[in-house]
This record gives sequence, C-alpha cells and structure tokens, in this order.
Amino acid sequence: MYKKIFIEPLFKNNPVSVLVLGICSALAVTVKLEPALVMALSVTIVMGFSNAIISSLRNTIPNRIRIIVQLVVVAMLVILVDQVLKAFAYEVSKQLSVFVGLIITNCIIMGRIEAFALANKPLPSLIDGIANGLGYGIILVAVAFFRELFGSGSLMGYQLIPASWYLKNGGFYENNGLFILPPMALILVGVFIWVQRSIQKELIEK
Amino acid sequence: MKAIRKIIDNVKPTFSKGGKLSFLHSSFDAFETFLFVPDTVTRKGAHIRDSIDLKRTMTMVIIALMPALLFGMWNTGYQHNLSVGADLEFWPTFFYGFFKVLPIVIVSYAVGLGIEFAAAQIRGHEVNEGYLVTGMLIPLIMPVDLPLWMLALSVAFAVIIGKEVFGGTGMNIWNPALLARAFAFFAYPSFMSGDKVWIAGLSKGEGVIDGFSGATPLANAQAGLDIPSFSDMFIGIIPGSIGETSTLAILIGAALLLFTGIASWKIMFSVFAGGLLTGLLLNALAPEGSYMAVPAWNHLVMGGFAFGAVFMATDPVTGSQTERGKWYYGALIGVMAVIIRVFNPGYPEGMMLSILLLNTFAPLIDYIVVQGGIKRRLERAVIK
Repeated sequence: MYKKIFIEPLFKNNPVSVLVLGICSALAVTVKLEPALVMALSVTIVMGFSNAIISSLRNTIPNRIRIIVQLVVVAMLVILVDQVLKAFAYEVSKQLSVFVGLIITNCIIMGRIEAFALANKPLPSLIDGIANGLGYGIILVAVAFFRELFGSGSLMGYQLIPASWYLKNGGFYENNGLFILPPMALILVGVFIWVQRSIQKELIEK
Repeated sequence: MKAIRKIIDNVKPTFSKGGKLSFLHSSFDAFETFLFVPDTVTRKGAHIRDSIDLKRTMTMVIIALMPALLFGMWNTGYQHNLSVGADLEFWPTFFYGFFKVLPIVIVSYAVGLGIEFAAAQIRGHEVNEGYLVTGMLIPLIMPVDLPLWMLALSVAFAVIIGKEVFGGTGMNIWNPALLARAFAFFAYPSFMSGDKVWIAGLSKGEGVIDGFSGATPLANAQAGLDIPSFSDMFIGIIPGSIGETSTLAILIGAALLLFTGIASWKIMFSVFAGGLLTGLLLNALAPEGSYMAVPAWNHLVMGGFAFGAVFMATDPVTGSQTERGKWYYGALIGVMAVIIRVFNPGYPEGMMLSILLLNTFAPLIDYIVVQGGIKRRLERAVIK
C-alpha cells in the first residue's frame, strides 16, 4: 500500500499534469535547470513534513480553523527552507528570490493536506507528501531541461551547444528566445499533458 | 484525365479499408480529391447546393495572393540590387528575387504539409486543404533573410501547437500563419526585426554601398526619421516582409476576394476604417514632430497593415462569425494595430499582435452579439 501511495503521484496521478496544480511556479522558476532542481527539492521537503505534521495533529485541529493551522505549519517549514537556502546556497536562493516564500501558496501543498493528510496516518501522509513533491519535481525539471537547453544552449550552467555553432561565430544556430519567456513553460506543460493523455487513455474526458 | 482516373480506380482497393496499404488511406484520399471532384454526396441533414467547397475557396485565396507574391519577388530583387548598387533591369531583378523566395515557399509547404499528412494519417481522417493558404501566407509575412531552419521550426510550431492540437483545420483559435510569424518573432527577434533583415544579403553586408539603410518605413517612423512618400509605400518599393510591402498588389487580391465573396468586406472595411480613424485621432492630439503626428493614411500602407486587413483578419475560422460582430472585430484590429505601433516602442509592427489579440476575443465578441440579440428579442416578446 505504501508503494502505491508513493508510485501513483509520480506519473499516473501527477499533481501537475493530471490534477493541474502548482502551474504558477512551473512558469516562474523553470528558465534554468538548477533553480528548478532546488525548487523541486524544497517543495518536496516542505510537502513531506507539512503532511506528516498536519496528519499527526489531525485529530486535535478544530475543523473550523484548520486552514489557519495548516498555513502556520507550512509557513514555518517554508521559512526554514528559505533560511537554509540563504545560508548554504545563496546564489540559487537569490535566483529563486520571492518564489521560495511563495511555496506557501503552492496549491499542491494545501491540496495534499486537505485531501490526504487530514484523513490518514502520519507515515502514509509523509510518503504521500514526498511522492507528490517528486511528481511536481519531475515535471518542473523536465520543463526546465527543455527551456534551458533550447533557450540558453546549456544545462546546469554548462554550455552544451558548441560555441562554434552560433551564427555570430560563423555557424548556423541561434538560441530560441521564446523558451526564455513564460508562455513556453505553459506550452511545454501542455505538451506533457498531451503526451500523458495519449498514454493513459482513461484520463480523456468523455 | 481518363487514364489517371483509371489508374486511381485500379489502386483504390489497396488503400481502402482492408487493403494492403489501408493505413495510407488519408494520403491517398487527399491526392484523389486533389485531382478529381469527389462523387460522394451528403446523405441527410441540411444541404447547401453550391459549387464552392473548402478546396475551391482555398484555391481562390491562393490566386488572390499571386499579385502580392509576384510583386514581392520583384521587390526582393529590387531592394537587393539597390543595396549593392547593381543594375535594376526588370527580369534579372525579378529572377534574383524569385530564387530567393522560392526556397522559402518550398520549405513552408514541405514542412507544413508533411505535418498535416502525418496528423491526418495518425487520426485516420481526411487531409484538409487548410494548409494550402497558410503555406503561401507564411512566406509572404517573413523577412527574406530568415534562415530556412528557423522558418521550418516556426511552421512546425504553428501547425502542431496552433492547429493540430485544437483538432485541425477549422478548429484553430489563432490564425496559423500569424502564429508562425509570432513564434519566429519572439524566438529569434534579431532575425525578425531591425534594419538588416528585410533585404536579401544585407545582414551579411557583402558589397553594400556606403550609407545604405535597410530600415523599414515603420522603423523610420518610430525613430522620427523621414518616411518614404505615400505613393512609394502604396506601390510597395520599400523594404519589408516579402509580400506585405505593396498595398496595390494586395488590393488587387482583395478585389478578387470580394468579387468572389470569399472574404468579408465588412471586416476588411472596418479594419481600414478603425486604423484610419485612430490615426486621425492621434494626429489631432499629437505634439509637433512626434510619431503620433505621422499622417493617418500612411498607417494604412506602411508595414503589414493592408496585408493583415485583407488576408489575415478575414480568415473565416479565427474571425468573428456574426455579421454585427465582424464590424467590432475589424474595427478593433485597426485601432489596436495603430495604437501598438505608435505607443509601444518594443514592437514596431502592431498588425500581427493586434490580429492575434482579436482572434482571441472573436468568440467573446460573437457571444456578446448573440446575447444582445436574444435580449432584444426577449424584450420585444414580453406579453403585458
């Protein structure tokens, strides 16, 4: 059963491409691969622990104020992650700027807490949170991979497309500026959804 | 013709259901209907008895595009020869342009039709004729110096993301040709704007005579420089995208489209009217010597305004469908185009963006018009 909780969000029930949650940050932080990786990791950590904490508190939280309690827990974790990033990965944290703080508004986190953690025990909730974070991360990294490769010709900052290919050096190639712009992230996510739906026919609405 | 019919009838079973090559049915069907009028008739439902079908409509638009294409070829050669100070004799000039433009047309058709055939094949439906016009429009709105692989990529993007994901011809939200241009414009801005890209060979700078500027009238107007005379811009001996420079050639095509009733005169007229009125308004408010003071009628012949109004805005798929909506749709295109040109320094040409914007809003305009009609009739029908 734990295996199922872990495997499903990775592809079959992916939070981004099936539930279409967390699109906003997929547009914002995927220009380069490195920030996308850090973002995916941060979200995974926050989601795992917030799920586990809320799940262990679930019987004591009064139903009417549960959103406030959830926000407090998530906010605490986000601040922790933000401080850790500032301490150990300052450059990336500067690139991510406000978007680390905005993890708190990531719809997947609230969605998983509401849909899963409030009704399940801490351990499955932890697994569910981590798995959903990873599912989100897979999409994020895939989008960032294409955007950095075609938009900047590099991956993780390393130039992959040889400099001699470029037109200014007498070659024929030019970076695709559209991949740097946010609309391309949306189009890429759309293409991923398209691919997934052609594999998983049961997702197609009647 | 009989011989061809015979051959086709002979091989038909191979491609029909159960035949050996039945998976190529769509491609076969496309070629058959390209050569012969199909003899299948609608069995039930409403019939329109008219000789016009999608194929004939598309062919007519292609014919209407011919003046712009031929003029564009000549102008390509003319501008090039002007830039290197060569002879300006008619035929060598025309053939220079012809051989510059031909590869662009071929690439556009090869890539676009290739994807169309593949998509039809995968989905098992007929190959639509929609791309015939798009494939001719795309070369006409691209700068002549655009590298061919960038063109191919733009075409692929426009056909796949702009058309096929929505369900193919007739289902697209945006005009595919303009989407190809928008893709190239945002992906490779240095090849789609500036002073160097509009004239063949100018970006490499070989043998260009001193002091020659390849700037378009729009760029000049933006920079506050002199623009060519109205008659030059009307006839089209100015730098610009291949087919968009000559308002005269475009108007010949427009006359054909209007005569055959294929394009909506309401849209065409209201685009020009919207642009002109906005221009006049800006003229009236303009401070001395600013871009706003450029005479309003110049806006109608500069850049892609006329081409967009005649061939892009009137696209029956992406435009407004309701008769009253067409007025709003067209007028807003004209208004937006001039506003973007004058007030947005980032985009010298507003026509592409304004048509794409109004394409997005066309269903909303139709909705408002239809709801307005329903409301009016309901009020009339109240029984006291």
